[in-house]
Amino acid sequence: MTHELGTQVGQLARRSVIRTLRQPAQIVPSLIFPLFLLAVNSGGLKSVTNLPGFPTDSYLTFALAITFMQGALFSVINSGTDLARDIETGFLNRMALTPLRGSALLSGLLAGSLLLGLMQALAYLIIGLAFGAELVAGVGGFFVIIALSVSVTVAFGTIGMFAALRTGSGEAVQGLFPVFFVFLFLSSMALPLNLIQTDWFHTVASINPVSYLLQAFRSLLIEGWEPSKIALGFGIALGIGTLGMLAASSALKSRLVRT
Amino acid sequence: MSADFRNIARAVAWRSVHNFLTNKALLIPALIFPLFFFASFAGGLSAVSNVPGFDFPTGYTAFQYVFVLMQSAAFGGVFTGFGIARDFESGFGRRYLLAATDRRGIIAGYGIAALLRAFVTWAVLTAVALVAGMQIDGSPIDLVGMYTLAILVNITATLWAAGVALRVRSIQGGPLMQLPIFLILFVAPVYVPLSLLSGWIHAVASVNPVTALLEAGRGFISGEPTVIGLAFALGIILPILFALWSRGGLRRAEAAG
Repeated sequence: MTHELGTQVGQLARRSVIRTLRQPAQIVPSLIFPLFLLAVNSGGLKSVTNLPGFPTDSYLTFALAITFMQGALFSVINSGTDLARDIETGFLNRMALTPLRGSALLSGLLAGSLLLGLMQALAYLIIGLAFGAELVAGVGGFFVIIALSVSVTVAFGTIGMFAALRTGSGEAVQGLFPVFFVFLFLSSMALPLNLIQTDWFHTVASINPVSYLLQAFRSLLIEGWEPSKIALGFGIALGIGTLGMLAASSALKSRLVRT
Repeated sequence: MSADFRNIARAVAWRSVHNFLTNKALLIPALIFPLFFFASFAGGLSAVSNVPGFDFPTGYTAFQYVFVLMQSAAFGGVFTGFGIARDFESGFGRRYLLAATDRRGIIAGYGIAALLRAFVTWAVLTAVALVAGMQIDGSPIDLVGMYTLAILVNITATLWAAGVALRVRSIQGGPLMQLPIFLILFVAPVYVPLSLLSGWIHAVASVNPVTALLEAGRGFISGEPTVIGLAFALGIILPILFALWSRGGLRRAEAAG
């Protein structure tokens, strides 16, 4: 990375981080909502740990993985809404008049997602453990979960940026939230794959990458160190991030041409 | 009920229903969301019916159908509240206030629209549930009881959301309409019967009025009616209370001009 590019990324990252920190309306729901659902689901579905084959006797531990995915979904909306606002207010047009590189713009904007992802992951994990969730992988697992959560959050953030660049509308980005929730719900979110009995649901959950992201978190929480599951989780996050970044770059070029 | 009241209610209802049916952005989420919840709960969690102590012979699909029915009833009311807020934000609501001789008809009109919206959603949800193999053990009279409860839930939620919308008069009041409904629905026995809940959620669900509504609805669909008296008492008292709440909201909107 050249010095010039580094400066550009740094400036935009600083702006993105400050903007995130100045918007409690972005931070608070992304912390509260997943924790509320964790509390409700871990209470409401506690009895399913009695099912033969359920991997743990603590549904709180099993459900803790879901919070990281829900936090990542908020990242889609937050990063997308921020960029859409930049488009709506003309900030992107002003940036187009400068020698700023597209890659710097996108990377810098992701800094806010990265910070939010870090805050979310720490909050979910610490609160989950405080309320009795297990972490079989130990201290090392703690840091790997944080790293994986941040990776997933940033990866999902690129999808939000792509949506913002394609639509140029914060309202349209907000409308994506339910669509992404579908991916979460049609996964092994509530039960492990081997206990999903409905055939079509099992098939959908088996090809849904979210199931494997959940599996990576759960492997650290419930089983300990399972390198293949962890690597698959990081690989999927990297894949989503790469595809999202490529799509966002392409959409950025189109938008700047339109501008 | 005066002719003015009826005319105003009909006009407001017609406009709201027309908007709902002709605007894809309103219609599609209203249909998709309940189906999506139904698919993910009834499909993804069907193994829950094997949990020791889970006793609902009509099947897990029917068990979740009742929850999604009540949920869509409540959210049909909330989304109508969004429409009220949007109308007042854009100034259309003030024109309603100017034109209406009996302004209670405005709330009634939105209420009728919410109910018609819910009927559309329920028709699609029920069709999908039946195609998915949902079993119904209740008699036709039981089913009338279940849908009557859902109607009462829809009316309650509409009056609640209308009260908020008329006070805030901005779509920014959306979370205030939505969150309490969301919270009260999910701290009820959503996935398993009350007897299988434990800890804090059991304590909260035991005093949550939604629990009685769900248990009565599930009793109706399984042909073993239970807690009917409590459920219908709640279904009558809550709309009366929230009618007063929405009437207060209307007065606020009138005072704001």
